[in-house]
Amino acid sequence: MMLVNLYPLKEFKLPVVAECINPDIFQGKKPKEIEGLEVWEGNKQKRLGELFKVEVAKEESVSEAAVITIHGDVSHVKRIGVGMKGGEIVVKGDAGMHLGEEMSGGKITVYGNVLGWAGSMMKGGTIEIHGNAGDYLGAPYRGSTEGMKGGKIIVHGNVGNEVGAHMKKGLIKIYGNAGQFVGFRMHGGTIYVQKDCGGRGGACMTDGTIVVGGFLESVLPTFTIEGLRKRVKIEEGEVVEAPFYLFLGDLTENGRGRLFVAKEPNPHLGYYEKFL
Amino acid sequence: MELLIKNGLVYDPINGVNEEKMDIAVKDGKIVEKVNERRAKKIDASGMIVMPGGIDIHSHIAGGKVNSGRLLRPEDHFKDFERKTAVTRSGVGYSIPSTFTTGYRYARMGWTTVMDPAMPPLEAKHTHEELSDTPIIDKASYPLLGDWWFVLEYLRDGKIEECARHVAWMIKATKGYAIKLVNPGGLEAWGFGRNVKNIDDPVPYFGITPREIIRGLCRVNKLLNLPHTIHVHTNNLGKPGNYVTALETMKCVEDLAEDGKPVIHITHCQFSAFKGDDWRTFESGAEEIANYVNAHSHVTMDMGQVIFTDTTTMTADGPFQYILYTLSGNKWVNHDVETETSAGIVPFHYRRRSYVHATQWSIGLELALLIKDPWKILMTTDHPNGGPFIAYPRIVAWLMSRKAREATLKKINSKARSRSLLPTIDRELSFYEIAIVTRAGQAKALGLKNKGHLGIGADADIAIYKFNSETMDPSKKYKAVRRAFKRAAYTIKSGQVVVKDGEVLKHVDGATMWLDVKTSEEAKITEEMKRRFKDYWTVEFENYPVSEDYLAISQPTTVKADV
Repeated sequence: MMLVNLYPLKEFKLPVVAECINPDIFQGKKPKEIEGLEVWEGNKQKRLGELFKVEVAKEESVSEAAVITIHGDVSHVKRIGVGMKGGEIVVKGDAGMHLGEEMSGGKITVYGNVLGWAGSMMKGGTIEIHGNAGDYLGAPYRGSTEGMKGGKIIVHGNVGNEVGAHMKKGLIKIYGNAGQFVGFRMHGGTIYVQKDCGGRGGACMTDGTIVVGGFLESVLPTFTIEGLRKRVKIEEGEVVEAPFYLFLGDLTENGRGRLFVAKEPNPHLGYYEKFL
Repeated sequence: MELLIKNGLVYDPINGVNEEKMDIAVKDGKIVEKVNERRAKKIDASGMIVMPGGIDIHSHIAGGKVNSGRLLRPEDHFKDFERKTAVTRSGVGYSIPSTFTTGYRYARMGWTTVMDPAMPPLEAKHTHEELSDTPIIDKASYPLLGDWWFVLEYLRDGKIEECARHVAWMIKATKGYAIKLVNPGGLEAWGFGRNVKNIDDPVPYFGITPREIIRGLCRVNKLLNLPHTIHVHTNNLGKPGNYVTALETMKCVEDLAEDGKPVIHITHCQFSAFKGDDWRTFESGAEEIANYVNAHSHVTMDMGQVIFTDTTTMTADGPFQYILYTLSGNKWVNHDVETETSAGIVPFHYRRRSYVHATQWSIGLELALLIKDPWKILMTTDHPNGGPFIAYPRIVAWLMSRKAREATLKKINSKARSRSLLPTIDRELSFYEIAIVTRAGQAKALGLKNKGHLGIGADADIAIYKFNSETMDPSKKYKAVRRAFKRAAYTIKSGQVVVKDGEVLKHVDGATMWLDVKTSEEAKITEEMKRRFKDYWTVEFENYPVSEDYLAISQPTTVKADV
């Protein structure tokens, strides 16, 4: 196994685009070669070695894939781990936009916050964020309908707006609060928000599951109540035991998406029960 | 500057030159008899094909609609971008590239003249601003006049000569090149949320039928002696069973033809050649249309070939775009151009596995192969409606090689494959015929005298492709054909080498062509007309016409009308 440690040499003030920070690209390269990889800082093309101190260690292991650990704040560094197919990236600090975009395998762990579009157009693999995530988590680029097609995103903090827009498959778990438009236009997959959720959850969804464990201000009028459920299964081995309202929608799109909203924190939704 | 292209295999159908090894001499942007061999810059084209620069009769490259499409689709730009080089500017966009990129990409394939086919008169200024910003290629635009209030009224009242004078004024005012009709009558009806059902369905509030509009404008076109015929996007476009409408549209002007000259151009005919009652019974009507066109000489048409890709559909046909939006469920723009016309934009993905899309792909090629005379059917994708123009090399390969068609047939929807006529068609176009459908035929249909050929005095717009047609068989080596057309070995525009080996060497500006139609008396601009402009248009009449200084390089052609 190849262990690569990256230490930022300075506090970045300009946006840095570093698609090369990717286990597939680092794999089998000598330290000099890794330092020579191209990155952009603002409008200047630089070498990775000019921005990061690179340390490479080898460890005997069955796995061949590289593990990259970034020590420090890289919140100005965009596109880390874009398109990665295997290996692992660990960020001990904050990470920038487009983290793990279009990744199809491997794992990214961030012990800090990330900015927008983390896991955008993701196809497989896992992203785990121990801090907060920005807007468009697991959502495609603006205007695109190419949503998340697989994989798993776990966020232990809060997330911004439009989580999982256009999602087709996969799982997003948020153990904090989420912003507005959770699962906007989603066609499949599962989004679980353990705490509170901003408005307009599931707008224009046609299929898939959204589970809200906390307070949800209102359910869109284009959703109909289907019933009460005692528990909801999030994934294999994770079941939330609590009474949930089940709504179906979004009817503006002839959708059959499932929106589960916990009963207890939402007494204002109680009037729906008379339609059951 | 002098230039000598030596030893190329020249294809020049207008002058009857078919694969002749000859030299082409160029001086001051024109093709000449000979140049001073020592002084001239020489290009060794031995083992290469030399053709006139490509011409595109129908490609939406500029204007309000195209720009709305760009705004609608940020994701289209995200995926496809070009960095600036020492000579070219940067740009973005796959199906709706920005103006500079449009010019460079056409030039890289060896195309030098492109017609923007739908200019709402109100947006003429915007269109010309974008055309002026499109480098290298020469261009022109057709104003939409099939639903123009004054035209409808003149035709309803039978005032054909007044109508002709008015159209002459409109073409001059918008700096246009031909008369474009889009779903004649239907767009006016769309203003009221309706459409016309066939060519005899009257237009609400005007009491005039599409047939009368088509015939009227066809006669106007003849009275004005315009170089191109009327350019018609038929009624009922994109609906199953519409091949009947296309046939009726062609038949309705049959008697207006004289000496076997074309009087109507049916554009993107693939979209008008659908048979069946609904999408389930949908099938190809290409055979019926081809039979008609083979038996008549008053029609020219272009393919509107579909490419399996993610593209953006945009037409002035609002009701059709609405149907497409309801079919696809995609985001869309319904663009209403005040009193003049409408427009719609819907992103669309043509998929191999879809029966309808695969059949559409087949229809385009069936039309091109079943219509025997290549001068009658020209190659287009109706960019970007059937697919972006950068797919032309693939269409060339499909037309030239049965093997290329079979390779794609294997991958399409099985029901579409079993119903397609393509496996029964053995015809393979030669390079001579390809030169017709991509250049000579287009120039002839458009009435461009100095383009589309390599005779003495023609504009020195030349494309050279790296494919040795003497030693290589395009039918077998279709991938080499595709490569050759994708990146021209040389593109020469007005005598200057602008592209070498698919790379743009030089940024030159192309001209905007327009018609200066001279009528014996000026069109009457009545007080009533000005009052209407005040009441219904957002632009004052005085600010409406496009002045000549608005065009970066203006290239008017004077036409003497019969009225």
